[in-house]
Amino acid sequence: MQIKVVMAKLGLDIHWRGALVVSRMLRDEGMEVVYLGNQFPEQIVDAAIQEGADVIGLSTLGGNHLTLGPKVVQIAKEKGVDALVIMGGVIPEDDIPLLKEAGISEVFGPETRIESIASFIRSEVNQSIA
Amino acid sequence: MEDLIGSFEKKDNVSLGKMLKEVENQTPLSLEILKLSSFRKGKAHIIGVTGPPGSGKSTLVGKMCKKLATMDLRIGVVCVDPTSPFTKGALLGDRIRMQELAKLPNVFIKSLATRGNLGGLASSTADIVQVLDAYEMDVILIETVGVGQIEFDVLGVADTVLLVSVPGLGDTLQTLKAGIMEIADIYVINQADRPGADESVKDLNLMVKESGKREWSPPIHKTVATQDSGIDELIHDITAHKKYLERSGLWKEKRQTRNVTRLYSMIESLLAQRVEDHINREESLKAKVQDVMKGERDPYTTSHEIVDRLIAKHNSYQYGG
Repeated sequence: MQIKVVMAKLGLDIHWRGALVVSRMLRDEGMEVVYLGNQFPEQIVDAAIQEGADVIGLSTLGGNHLTLGPKVVQIAKEKGVDALVIMGGVIPEDDIPLLKEAGISEVFGPETRIESIASFIRSEVNQSIA
Repeated sequence: MEDLIGSFEKKDNVSLGKMLKEVENQTPLSLEILKLSSFRKGKAHIIGVTGPPGSGKSTLVGKMCKKLATMDLRIGVVCVDPTSPFTKGALLGDRIRMQELAKLPNVFIKSLATRGNLGGLASSTADIVQVLDAYEMDVILIETVGVGQIEFDVLGVADTVLLVSVPGLGDTLQTLKAGIMEIADIYVINQADRPGADESVKDLNLMVKESGKREWSPPIHKTVATQDSGIDELIHDITAHKKYLERSGLWKEKRQTRNVTRLYSMIESLLAQRVEDHINREESLKAKVQDVMKGERDPYTTSHEIVDRLIAKHNSYQYGG
């Protein structure tokens, strides 16, 4: 089954290039990527509901990861969405355990190889289907 | 099954999203969803928006939606973008042009990848539209992939077809060619603030006039979607077209034709699948296929032989002889 990813820039963070590059690379990994541009948590979850997303990808380099990131997971849970939530961007090491505790499945920093993102997504999504 | 019927009654977005996901992926459950929605469809006004890549279809659909949403309508949007022939991946980038719709509770957007289909739509489009229709959407907008001259599958799904073009895509002759130029109920020249818009309108006018007298003469609109310009007039004519369809009986006729077309296309794919299964089960037929592969047998005779044999076998089975 084709994996569908909803990719968003979190909140007002304007650094769009990374999210687009990763979208393009996941496309080349054979996934269907819906690119949302900038959106806030509520709208990101709504889009994931409408699109039937397996994965929600959040990109942020703007320092809002600890506030808005967990909010996406929380709203998704409330609405009964079981998509995998992952995050990428410039995120301080110390914050990663906090994000994972809040339900973000994985955090990918600069210089992550696309293969590792893709294989993480594949193994998690296939696990949840099985 | 019980759950499924329950979610049809609930009409909430979460269950609609889940159903559409099943249908998009053609899972076994999707067949049940489609059977169920088949009797509940037929009320929505289905609007197809087609045109070349970059002409502004997504932006225009976004602006039209925003306007329709203020009229207290429930709106479904289906956006189609191309699948890679190499990786099967896709970048679905229509929502980025519709960001201002994200906070409207009465708009539901579904993006589809073509997944190998060549007519401008995804093969699941008609099914997705059917479920949205059964979910009591008042209007469903279908945005095709960026098209060239002959991708007009949208004609078989939509009630009203908009062809969105931009100034400067060739001279008068281009508007006179057969194919995509003939299918529109409404023509739109978007990005009309660019040079050459009036010439494009003139060419289209000529083409429409030359097409002879018809009951519905397709209007031609100039829009600048990014600036919300021309949208109200466009919506006005879309509504007028719906009224025309109802008045003329075409509304009903189109739905009936669509039902039959769907039946035949389903029979076709079902038969093809059955025949293939049968060939794979019978060694003598498999051998014939091998001979065709090697070029030792011609496909014309062989196809007749295989189909005749299948039908003969079926008849003898049925009548016990």
